[in-house]
Amino acid sequence: MATRQKTSLPVRLAAVAGLAAAGLATVALAGGPNDNKLVIDGKEYVTELPAPEGSPLKTLYSGWRFRNESTQAMQLDDFDNPGYPNVDTGEQLWSKVDGEAGKSCASCHNDASESMKGVRAQMPKWNEKAGKPMTLEQTINACRENNLKAKPWDWESGQMLGMTAFIGSKSRGMPVKVQTDGPMKEWLEKGKEIYYTRVGQLDMSCAGCHEANYGKMIRADHLSQGHVNGFPLYRSKWQKLGSMHRRFKGCMQNIRAKPYEVGGDEFVALELYTASRGQGLSVETPAVRN
Amino acid sequence: MKRVLCAATAGLLAVAAITVGASAGPIAPGEVKIDDGKITASLTGQPGSAVKGREWFANRKLGNCLACHSNSDMAKEEQFHGEVAPSLDGVADRWDEAQLRAIVVNAKQALNPDTLMPAFYRDSGYTRPLKDFEGKAILNAEQVEDIVAYLKTLK
Ligand code: HEC
Ligand code: HEC
Repeated sequence: MATRQKTSLPVRLAAVAGLAAAGLATVALAGGPNDNKLVIDGKEYVTELPAPEGSPLKTLYSGWRFRNESTQAMQLDDFDNPGYPNVDTGEQLWSKVDGEAGKSCASCHNDASESMKGVRAQMPKWNEKAGKPMTLEQTINACRENNLKAKPWDWESGQMLGMTAFIGSKSRGMPVKVQTDGPMKEWLEKGKEIYYTRVGQLDMSCAGCHEANYGKMIRADHLSQGHVNGFPLYRSKWQKLGSMHRRFKGCMQNIRAKPYEVGGDEFVALELYTASRGQGLSVETPAVRN
Repeated sequence: MKRVLCAATAGLLAVAAITVGASAGPIAPGEVKIDDGKITASLTGQPGSAVKGREWFANRKLGNCLACHSNSDMAKEEQFHGEVAPSLDGVADRWDEAQLRAIVVNAKQALNPDTLMPAFYRDSGYTRPLKDFEGKAILNAEQVEDIVAYLKTLK
């Protein structure tokens, strides 16, 4: 069970593993989030903090805290992180000339470690020209079309996942901090409405699982608070990296609801609202989940 | 000539009678009434099969009741039981058959309008149902009766 366990994992994991193994003999029980610490390269990430005022939650927990120790371990070391090769892909694309303008991202933004620092943490971000919030994917594609004169990438393409993982990695450890006031207010309200509306043949809402029942098992799945600080992230079920909107879509299909369009206004609003529920959690891109 | 016509009419009537008889079989989802948290009569007019009901209960595409509820009767063969709803151990001691039927048909009417529990025998009034499930209930009448029969064994 703990084959990938790293020395950096607290010793108490062994005890947890023992308990879990004993539990399997009857019925798998999860309890709340576990107490492990997320430390990568000597840097500790915020996976727990008191919820901000007005939050329906008391304490915020990263989704990492609800994963079992073998999934957790994969995120503790970039060499073990199966999503990390996407970051390398993104890094190569960053300085690759593409499109009729003969430019690369680096032509305008130079060193991503400087220019892209904190970008993921603030997404989706209000875009004055578009008159709406834009996600990281949409911002990348706007640059490709307008500045590189290149074709936009598909949302879930290898290039897009590579670029969003690469840019996202430059915000790792920084607190999620999306704008919620001004013109964002209306979008936040829209996202909130979607979050609390029961949909699909199973007639459930995001809140029914991620607010009312986080920490509990829903059959084989341990419910988290559904935060988005790890995206794009590697999921063993997908066997690859995936976007936040792909996750939204999957959650809706699981309750037999017709998903909104990937990249559409509804999912952008939902992205903004879910990000706002996790303000202060560290960006973990690319996180690892199961 | 008249006689032939008469015979034909009689034939038609006979066919009509058979169709009426058939449609009076299962009570459609839209026609089920929950009174005081109860549905007294079987939806099919027949008792269900507890053996089949046990299967539908665990089946992830049908009842998937284990997604939310634990159930000691299945502890051996089913490793994962949900924790978001009360255990169904001894549920037959807490509710009678008519109440159990109503809970499975539509827990939002039978128990609590805000419950997380889906209605299993309701085919309309959903928001954004996936196309494959539009106009359909999760379970058919027979499956509901089978599950009710199974729940009755949980004493
Ligand atoms: C039937 C229960 C259920 C519903 C309803 C549901 N989800 Fe989920 N969701 C899950 C499960 C199970 C997982 C995987 C375990 C986890 O992280 O909670 C998950 C994971 C997620 C994650 C990934 C969290 C992470 O740390 O990787 C996000 C984000 C998410 N859900 C958002 C949503 C949104 C938004 C909605 C509403 C559109 C929604 N979910 C509706 C069950 C549900
Ligand atoms: C998505 C979650 C979910 C699923 C799936 C689900 N239930 Fe429930 N069920 C609940 C909750 C939550 C309650 C508690 C009632 C409340 O919310 O007020 C409940 C209550 C009940 C009760 C009353 C229990 C008691 O002890 O009072 C019965 C009986 C029941 N469910 C049967 C079933 C059966 C049978 C199935 C499958 C066909 C099923 N449930 C599927 C969530 C669920």
